Amino acid sequence: MPMNVTPEVESISQPQFSEQNPEQQSNKKQKIWTIPFIIAVIIVIGLGIVSLFTGVYDIWNQEDGLDMFFITRIPRTVALMLTGAAMAMTGLITHLVTQNKMVEPTTIGTTEWAGLGLVFVYLLIPSPSLVTRMTGAILFSFVGTMIFFFFLRNVKLRSSLIVPIIGIMLGSVISAFSTFMTLYFRMSQSVENWFIGSFAPIQVGRYEYLWVIVIVTIIIFLYANRLTLAGLGEDVATTLGVNYNRLILLANALIAVAVGIVAAVVGNVPFLGLIVPNIVSMIRGDDLRTNLPWTCVMGMGTITFCDILARVVNMPFEMPVSTILGTLGAIVFILILLRQRKSRRLR
Amino acid sequence: MIKIQNARKWYAEEVKIGPLNIEIPKAGITSLIGPNGAGKSTTLLMIGRLLHMDEGQITVANMDVSTTKSNDLAKVLTILRQENHFVTRLTVRQLVGFGRFPYSKGRLTREDEKIISKYIDFFELTELEHRFLDELSGGQRQRAYVAMVLCQETEYVLLDEPLNNLDIARAVQMMEHLRRAAEEFGRTIVVVLHDINFAAKYSDRICAMKHGQIAAFGSVREIMKPELLSDIFETKIEIIEGPYGPIAIY
Repeated sequence: MPMNVTPEVESISQPQFSEQNPEQQSNKKQKIWTIPFIIAVIIVIGLGIVSLFTGVYDIWNQEDGLDMFFITRIPRTVALMLTGAAMAMTGLITHLVTQNKMVEPTTIGTTEWAGLGLVFVYLLIPSPSLVTRMTGAILFSFVGTMIFFFFLRNVKLRSSLIVPIIGIMLGSVISAFSTFMTLYFRMSQSVENWFIGSFAPIQVGRYEYLWVIVIVTIIIFLYANRLTLAGLGEDVATTLGVNYNRLILLANALIAVAVGIVAAVVGNVPFLGLIVPNIVSMIRGDDLRTNLPWTCVMGMGTITFCDILARVVNMPFEMPVSTILGTLGAIVFILILLRQRKSRRLR
Repeated sequence: MIKIQNARKWYAEEVKIGPLNIEIPKAGITSLIGPNGAGKSTTLLMIGRLLHMDEGQITVANMDVSTTKSNDLAKVLTILRQENHFVTRLTVRQLVGFGRFPYSKGRLTREDEKIISKYIDFFELTELEHRFLDELSGGQRQRAYVAMVLCQETEYVLLDEPLNNLDIARAVQMMEHLRRAAEEFGRTIVVVLHDINFAAKYSDRICAMKHGQIAAFGSVREIMKPELLSDIFETKIEIIEGPYGPIAIY
């Protein structure tokens, strides 16, 4: 396996040093603002600026250019950043609580459940507000994620491939049911757009709820240590005095809220939760506390990059960002699979 | 003292464990031996509150394992299961650091860092402390897991087959470490072992189990008897006197 030693790890790898100066060492270990991280942040800010000035509408020479800039460009970029962070972090948490690196909210059915929630809301309420849609999506995501965990705990075969297969199967069933409902009740128009996540319709007044993701992020940071423990499994967590069931419930609630909001505002954003945490974990290991900032920033960067690509590839038309993410995600998924098999062979 | 009163576990009509009644005294190493399916691991898991018992009561240092708050128990009792496969990529130091969780909830203090270093050194993992677990050999990884549970600094330490998949040299090394941990740190260690001779050489007491019942419990010399062991393992076992005590020949 290739060793990826980040500079900060290198500097504390002398045992004598760590024994003599435990406090200094612990300070170093907790340090987040390392030079590579600052570079990553600068790159993401750069991407954000590029995103602000990418588009068909000429904001420099048109009279209402400045207005358009505030109505669509800024909201779109902010939405990209928040969504990227949300999907990457929920992916990471999903990896920990399922103890499986091949799953993320769109492969365990959470997103499909959120879709079903939206369908139900449209069905029950004629023209639902964004808050109502979001609530429906969040509730259904939570129920769906819990059902997946219930399955998982009762299926003893926890091989790394069975878990995503169960998730994808579950998701397909739910999404088929949603499609049936939309066709049966002739409401396909209002819902079908949803399954293709796109940032094109994002504008002032349509994205503000994404800010709730900031609160979710803070809670994830506060519980980072416990969530890392969840990754060691129920037995180790219990031995260390943590209530595992409560922890899983909390993790599911966090996943459901983040995915529900993203689903209601943006739509289906696949694979981001798979690509980003896996890349971060390959390079840095799995200490959640120091990985979270990286996961956030990489998530933001990846989705912004993909969205810029989506806008530029076929100008003046725009591709849905989910198409690009799906393509990229599939490649990374295969790479992870190959890498896992290789390391097993070496052993 | 670990006190088990009428503990039972029913897996199926034919597979019943218990009722178990035993008092394991403080300090030293107690080995659980017996054939496969005798209920050794079940007993250990029930003491360690990882497996719910169907009936009875288990107290560790006068704390009832089924009613005491998990976090309080985590300061008195720790258990390591047989198979530990973590998908999470942690370094040795991060893993051992989790042993401090019941005290500092993950925010390691200077004191915690010292304790972590102490156990890393004790298990001769100093050179490897920043390596990821998946880059270690089986024996090194096993040492890291045991270092984590000892780092919890609990009075009682339960280990389910810690010698599993270790070659002779690693197994001896592991038992030497446990022996020293029992003596130097005054821990009470309960360990499930498959090899009778390892149990005989390194433990203070042996508890032999068969068919979900405790067949015999006593000092090494009391248990290492040909008739008793032959009966428990349903195999002809002879005992000869070796340089370090009784040896089983089978």
